[in-house]
This record gives sequence, structure tokens and C-alpha cells, in this order.
Amino acid sequence: MGTTASQLGKDLLSEYQELTFLTKQEILLAHKRFTELLTKDEKDLPNVRVPMEKILTLPELKSNPFRTRICQVFSTSIVKDGSLTFEDFLDLLSAFSDSATLEIKSHYAFRIFDFDDDGTLDCGDLEKLVNCLTGETEDTRLTPEEMRQLIHNILDESDIDKDGTVNLSEFQHVISRSPDFVSSFKIVL
Amino acid sequence: TSWRQWRQSTHRYLRRLQDDVHEWLTALQLWRSDIHIIEGMFGTGILSYFSFLRFLVMLNLIIFTLMFSFVLLPIIIAPHFMLVFICSVYPTSARQGLVIFHEHIADLLSGGGFLEQTYLFYGYYKADKIHFPGTTYNLPLAYLLVTVAYLFLSLIWIVKRSANGFKRNLVQDEDRFQSFCNKIFAGWDFCISNMNAAKLKRSSLLYELRTDLEEERIKQKIADRTREEKCRIYLIRVILNLFVIAVLACCFYSIYIATIFSQEAQMNEVKVNFIVDLIHQYLPSIVITLANFITPLLFSVVINYEDYSPAFEIRFTLMRCVFMRLTSIGVLLFSLWSHITKCKEEPCVCGYNHVLYSCWETRIGQEMYKLTVFDFIIIVAVTIFVEFPRKLIVKYCDCGLAKWWGQQEFAIPQNVLEIVYGQTICWIGAFYSPMLPAICTIKYFFIFYIKKVSLMKNCRPATRPFRASSSNFFFLGVLLIGLSLACVPVIVSVAQINCSQACGPFVNYTTSWEVLPTAISQLPSGVQTLLFTVSSEAFAVSFFVVTCLAMFYVIALAGAHKRVIKQLREQLAMVGILNLFEGCQPWCNFTLRKIHLML
Repeated sequence: MGTTASQLGKDLLSEYQELTFLTKQEILLAHKRFTELLTKDEKDLPNVRVPMEKILTLPELKSNPFRTRICQVFSTSIVKDGSLTFEDFLDLLSAFSDSATLEIKSHYAFRIFDFDDDGTLDCGDLEKLVNCLTGETEDTRLTPEEMRQLIHNILDESDIDKDGTVNLSEFQHVISRSPDFVSSFKIVL
Repeated sequence: TSWRQWRQSTHRYLRRLQDDVHEWLTALQLWRSDIHIIEGMFGTGILSYFSFLRFLVMLNLIIFTLMFSFVLLPIIIAPHFMLVFICSVYPTSARQGLVIFHEHIADLLSGGGFLEQTYLFYGYYKADKIHFPGTTYNLPLAYLLVTVAYLFLSLIWIVKRSANGFKRNLVQDEDRFQSFCNKIFAGWDFCISNMNAAKLKRSSLLYELRTDLEEERIKQKIADRTREEKCRIYLIRVILNLFVIAVLACCFYSIYIATIFSQEAQMNEVKVNFIVDLIHQYLPSIVITLANFITPLLFSVVINYEDYSPAFEIRFTLMRCVFMRLTSIGVLLFSLWSHITKCKEEPCVCGYNHVLYSCWETRIGQEMYKLTVFDFIIIVAVTIFVEFPRKLIVKYCDCGLAKWWGQQEFAIPQNVLEIVYGQTICWIGAFYSPMLPAICTIKYFFIFYIKKVSLMKNCRPATRPFRASSSNFFFLGVLLIGLSLACVPVIVSVAQINCSQACGPFVNYTTSWEVLPTAISQLPSGVQTLLFTVSSEAFAVSFFVVTCLAMFYVIALAGAHKRVIKQLREQLAMVGILNLFEGCQPWCNFTLRKIHLML
């Protein structure tokens, strides 16, 4: 870890510490893991983008059903290909860290669950979300009848203004009363 | 300005310092990395079991520290001697003459023989006042106060830990209509990084969703039930509950019989042979373990016919198991108590059977010691001789039966029940055997590693997992039941039963409790009046009234809050201007935050 510390630079490190919810150790570990994904010549370049496929090989993300969505949400790439720079990567870890606030976590959760990026969770988003959770194969899927009932129940519970979709405020309202969310919305390297 | 800059930089510096200190402190925590790995692989449900185990290790360590510093240490460093009275014949049970090796093993397992007269048991603490140069140390008083202190300490610590979970539970309970949202929006455990665990999590989520949807339908069906159907179901439930009670009664009776038989066999001077003696010694433990193995299986069969909703089924079976586990200790103690206070000619001269039980406290300490040791042996044995072979069979045998059987499930409720049972024994036993908390600390320390290995190598997580929030509360709830159950025998034996006249710190008193009034009467009169006022009825009544008032205030406050919440919800729904809030965004990406910092 000594070599990576010198690579990252003391000023940069303390700046990152300011900007994220991560501790020094976590940032150093993140840097180490990130540089492992780079090829030899890329290591010297500043602000390298790692393509999504490579990020997804990380074991922490590999078995996560929302892995592509997570990359897409945190990517600052203009072409929206889900590629991450180191700072994007830190942003990701920061949102999923222990000390990130509920507000931030629920905000990112909302964006991850909003599959079509239209700012609300509609029936299509909810169906995709449920399928992500239970698995895509035929026998793990809910039947259309069950799905209809489930989405009806979800909207019944969370859609306060009855417009047929869950918007951000409604989502945060629901999440704030869900006791498990903060402890489970976490990725640790 | 420079002043502002300086303030900002110091603020930043302090924050970093705080972070560093926090990091250091967490690094010092026991098993941090192990628990981290478990959390990463199996999610938060199983994590809460292991952090519960860690909590028990810490608790026992603290209890032992208390015992050690106030009871053991004074008696170790100071010389003391005692006078001999009529009731105080206490024959040593250490083996005379040539001792064979296996007898040492038997002593070690049963707490008898050479172990009996050591710091391990109550009987050895036979000292009244310990004279140090300058002061005298009242050992009996210290012994009693430490007992009270460790029970109180445990209570406060558990309540403090559970308060958090309880709050969450209340929130969740209030929002029962939000269960689907919880499962969908907060259902995935992002910590999971193990492929298998992820697969399991998926199937368990699917299972939960299906059962919940099913439950909705069942609720509908229950609401539509006719009167005859209701009558039939209630009749079946009554009959099955009677059956359950009968099973419980059978178990309790066999524990009683086993205890009495084992006590009588131990009194017998004629030794048969090593193994038979050991079985006699361990008979109550064996019967309790067997009963606790069979009854849960029975209960899980019985519950199928009672036609409850699926969620309630699990909870109800669990409640029955908790009752069975914890009450069996109570039955054991009751049978011991009835045997100890039974004399040939009534009433007993010394208040207890001083012929057979010259030092009955040590005897109970030995029983608790045996239960602890046996519990540990069973946990180790089950892991090595049942779970491990089962895994080998499932892994290397291709036949359908083995596949159907599958690996052992890591069922959290059963495992928690197991360690709560051990802890209850420890609380009861700590009075009779001051070293028991130390033994329990070591025991839980090893159990942590055994369970970790067993989880990683032998078991698969349960298909119907526990949620972290509800489980934390459940663990502490069961532990609290265990604690209150442990208090009863300790209080009864301290306040009611005559303490042994042959051994222990209370030889000069009729009951252990008498130490306290005696000690108080030696205090200066000012302090005495103060203490008497505090313990008087007038004070108790007024204190009770004040507590009631405070409680009513809190209840009223809660009601008001609830009403406000309801009103606000209505307002939200009516106005429907939620979208207005859309504009402000608390998250902003890196570049924005950077700009913010520069400004």
C-alpha cells in the first residue's frame, strides 16, 4: 500500500477525503483496486476511463443485479457508456459507504431504479426492478397475474399523489421509513 | 478573510483527526475483519447473529472483570481463616490416594473432585472480613453487591442495545402497509459479493414475495370464512395446543426425574465405572438437549395443521421453542431446589438438607458448570460429526436422496436460541460459580470461530432469511426473557433459602440477603436514615406516581405526533405539489462539489 500512497499524492488524498465520505484507508484501497484494472500504459495517464465491462469484473459488483445500472448512474461519460474515471469510482464508493447520509443513498437508489431515466418510477421501471431482484429466468419470474398484484400493492403503498408513478419525493418518503435500507445499501471493497 | 480561512482549515483538520481516531477505534474492535467478511458474503441477517455473539463475549468479559476485581482479587491476595460450627461439616470430595488419569478427566467434566474446592465454586470463598493493613474488606457484602451489579449491568446494556432496534421496530410496525415497498426498494443487500449468496438472496426474495402475495389472499380467505369453518379451526387449535402442552409436560417431567435420579446416583458412594458415572452426572444435560432437539421438530409438524398465516406460523413455532428451552433450565433448578430442601425429618435443622448437601450452592454451581460444558461439547460435536459428514455426503454422493436432503441450513433463530440458553445458564451460575463468566467468555470466543467455519464450509444460508432490523430486536428480546428467567432463581436463593453454613462467604448469616441490613446498620445514622427513606413505602409510592405521570406524558406526546403525521400525510395527498420539491438535489457529482469547495 506504500507505493500507491505515494502515487496518489498527499494533497490529492486529503482533497478526496474532503470530497467523499471515505476514510484515508478506503481511498487508498479504492485506488489500489482501480489501478489493478488498468493496463500498463494507461497507468501513467491522468483521468483514464475504465470501460464498464472491466468495472463489472470486480467481485463486489459481479453478483449485483443492478451492476450495469450502477455504472451508468455514476458514469460522467458523455456517450453514456457506463465507463468510470477514478473520481467517478470514488463517487460510487462514497455513496455506498457507511457514512453516506440516507438522503444521498436514497437519491442514488432512485436513479439506479429509474431504468429509463425519465425521473419517475413507472410501471415499466417497477417491473424491471422486480425482475432484477428475483432473477430473469422463466421459473424465477413472477407470473403476470402476481406481477400485476405486486405493482398494484407497491403503488398503493407509495404513490401518495395517485398519479400512477413513484416520484423522487415519494420514494424518499418510503425509504426513510424502511429500517433496512441504510444498512443494506452498502458496498465495501 | 484570513480568520475565516484559519477557522475552516482548523475545522477540516479537526474533522480529519476525528476520522483518524474513529478509524483507530474501529480497528481495535474484536473480530472486525471476520465480521466484515461474513457481512460481505452472506448479508446483514447473518451478520447480526455474529455481532450478537461478539456482544455476549464482551458482556461476559465485563461480568468476569467485576467478579474478579471485587471478589477473587481480595481473597487471592489476603490471607483469611474461619471458625467451625455444627452445620459446617463440609467433607472434601477430592480423591484420596492414587488418582488415575481418567478420573481427572471426569472431575474436569463434572466440576467435582479436585475442582470442587477451587476458586471455581462458591464454596471456596469462605471468608468473612478480610483484614488489610488499615481497612477491613467485607467480602460477603461485596459478593452480594457484585451479583446485583452484574444482573443490573446486563439489563441496562441489553435495554440500551435494544432501544435502537425497538424504535425501528415501532416505525416498521406502524407502517405495516408498507411491507411490499420495503421488500422491493430496500430488498437487495448490496453488500453481497458471493455468487451463491446472491442466488440465495434472489430465491429468498422471490419466496418472500410469493408468500406475501399468498398471505394477502389468505387474509382475504380468512375474512370470508363461515362460522362453521371458524368453529372447526378453533377446535383443532385447542386440541393441538393441548397436545403441545402435554408434550411440554412430558419433557419437564422427564427432566425432573432425570435430575433427581442423577442427584441420588451422585450421592451413592459406590462407583460403578467411569463411563456410567459420567452419564449419571450428565443425565439432566442429556435429557434437556434431547428434549430441545425433538420438540422443535414436533412443533414444526403440529403448526401445519393449525392454519395460521405463514408469517405467524414461524413466529409461533419460535415462541414455543423459546419457552421450551428456557423453561427446561427452570425445571432443572426447581427439581434441584425441591431435593435440596427435603430432609428426612421435617423441618430441616439448618434450613436445607445439610447431610447430603453440606454446600448446596457449590452443587448448583457444579450443575451449571456441567450444563455449560455439555452445551459447548454438543455444539462442537454437531459441527464436526453431523454437519461436516452431511456436507461430504451431499457433495460427493450423486444419488437423489442426498441431493434432496441438501446441506445444513444456517437457521439464525435456532442458533440464537442456543447461545441465549448458554447465556441464561451463565447468569444463573455466576452467583454459584464466580468463574463461570470467564468460562463462558472463552466458550463464546471459540463458538464464534466454530460457527464461522461451519457457516463458510458446511452450511448454506437459510432459504427464508431474517431481516437485520427485526432480528436484532428478536435476539435481544429473547435474551431479555432469558435474563428475567435467570433473575428468579438467583433472587429466590439469595433472599429465601438458608445459605449453607459450611462454606461460602455467607456462613455467618441465615440468608445471603441479611448481609445488606447488617452492613447498613453499621453505617453512620445520617446515611441510614437516607437509605431507609429511599426504601420506605412513602418514597416508593411517590416514585411510582411520578413514573406514571412521565409515562402518560410520553404516551400523550406519541399520540399527538401520530396525529400530526396523519394530518401531514393528508395534506400531502391533497395538495399534490410534491413535484415542486423536485428542483433541489442534495447529491451533486464530483465537479460540482469541487466548485463548491473552491468557493
